[in-house]
Amino acid sequence: MLNQLTISELTAKLDRREVSAREATQACLDQIARVDGQVKAFLSYDAADALAQADAADQQIKADVQKPLLGVPIAIKDVLAVKNQPLKCASKILGDYVSPYDATAIEKLKAAGAIVFGRLNMDEFAMGSSTENSAFGATRNPWDTDRAPGGSSGGSAAAVVAQECIASLGTDTGGSIRQPAALCGCVGLKPTYGRISRYGLVAFASSLDQIGPFTKDVRDAATMLGVMSGQDLRDSTSIPAPVPDYAAALTGEIKGLKIGLPKEYMVGGLDPEVKASVDAAVKKYQDLGAEIVEISLPHTDYAVATYYIIATAEASANLARFDGIRYGARVEGNDPIELYSKTRGAGFGPEVKRRIILGTYVLSSGYYDAFYLRAQKVRTLIRNDFLKAFEQVDAIVTPTTPTAAFKLGEKSGDPLQMYLSDIFTISCNLAGICGLSLPCGFTQTPKLPIGLQLLGKPFGEETLLKLAHAYEQSTDWHHQFPTL
Amino acid sequence: MASAEIDVKYVAHLARLALSPDEEKQLGAQLGSILGYIEKLRELDVTNVEPTAHAVPLVNVTRVDAVQPSLPHDEAMRNAPRKAGGLFIVPKIVE
Repeated sequence: MLNQLTISELTAKLDRREVSAREATQACLDQIARVDGQVKAFLSYDAADALAQADAADQQIKADVQKPLLGVPIAIKDVLAVKNQPLKCASKILGDYVSPYDATAIEKLKAAGAIVFGRLNMDEFAMGSSTENSAFGATRNPWDTDRAPGGSSGGSAAAVVAQECIASLGTDTGGSIRQPAALCGCVGLKPTYGRISRYGLVAFASSLDQIGPFTKDVRDAATMLGVMSGQDLRDSTSIPAPVPDYAAALTGEIKGLKIGLPKEYMVGGLDPEVKASVDAAVKKYQDLGAEIVEISLPHTDYAVATYYIIATAEASANLARFDGIRYGARVEGNDPIELYSKTRGAGFGPEVKRRIILGTYVLSSGYYDAFYLRAQKVRTLIRNDFLKAFEQVDAIVTPTTPTAAFKLGEKSGDPLQMYLSDIFTISCNLAGICGLSLPCGFTQTPKLPIGLQLLGKPFGEETLLKLAHAYEQSTDWHHQFPTL
Repeated sequence: MASAEIDVKYVAHLARLALSPDEEKQLGAQLGSILGYIEKLRELDVTNVEPTAHAVPLVNVTRVDAVQPSLPHDEAMRNAPRKAGGLFIVPKIVE
């Protein structure tokens, strides 16, 4: 089945004219028709448009055009602008919004020949860790449909693991790529802040957000990263650094690389099966020739509190634009203020309201220094922890999440418990480094994926991918998929 | 740091966010417990620590000051909830 292929497998077959892009796209559409009633990864998709893009790709293949993603169906989180497609951020407040332009990352995928299709479910405005905050219903974990796929990019992870697309895009503000990748069992990469332009990404927390790929293996993540990276004059925080050939880093040779094991991450609340799998992965790295060094990240325990001040403060400012004037849904009022308040009260869901209130509060007069400024200072301490550790080691290894996938509804009543499920992923965004999650095992009963997180230096994606690839090639976790 | 109490009604007004009385009550309780957790930042000494606004070492990024293509007017207005004659319709602002 063509929908089961990786990017590199599919492009090889397309190149040899063994299959067509139309057949590959149709295979994904057939899989969606077969399983998405259970998984609910897609909010919508336009089958005719996807097939038209596939036909155009087939014409180019026939003409011997060479592009890294030519004919590869890739689905998109509902927070990225794709021209003439709906964009809702899984919220009611955007109404029937249709994007008038492409995000830069999307432009680059299209220029690389990808078939860009579908809108993937997420927590509303990317705020959440389970997709239960979607205004259109939760996505299910393909390994156990009573469980959450993680979030906020839960639809993006579930769609790849349910083999409804070859790869997908998500975004990561505090773990929203790595955590669902871990809980669903695929590769999820959060590049360094500034690596991929955020133009056309609906902002949640502008100093933390980053776009990244969900893929079935590490090689595909390298391919996607290479296509989407680079400076963009429309995003002043995108970095003018050259884009390396990431695939060239996948040599399998990791002898002598130093991997740090932070002692603060292997304690309290860590599920024994998760711990055992991570321990085994660390052992595997030693067998492969890497050197394991115990390190300390002393401010780890403050990361969640710091994050929920900074992220909500930025969100409260960013979401001010949803006021019912220029786009989206509107509830009329007698004056502008009443119109704004009613529109926002009716349009935003509970978690978004909670974060807007918290963010407004920590920025409000009298509390700014005590909360927001203090959090920015602690952010410096957290970043310094990492920069210091990276003087000693090339990368850091941790569990991605403290437990495997939790049940739907299990944490949705207690926001703080939900926030604490991001404890291992959040520091990476605050520090502005890169991170990746890849499968490193399964729990016994029920069988649920376990994720290994690798954290790398700022713009250290090559080392991260090299280490991930070497481990992946010595295991078969990435060849296991759920039965749906 | 202030006590873990939020005047939800006042903050909701600042945020231009209409809340039902039930929502106000529920948010007040939840935010109380979240603020209680956040209080742990008080344990740290941050004297002489510079704040980090974002992690990228870039300053004063500017582009060439030249006219560049932008969205056509009708495309920019495409998603307006109410419009007429190429303008957004809004409630009366000045008497």
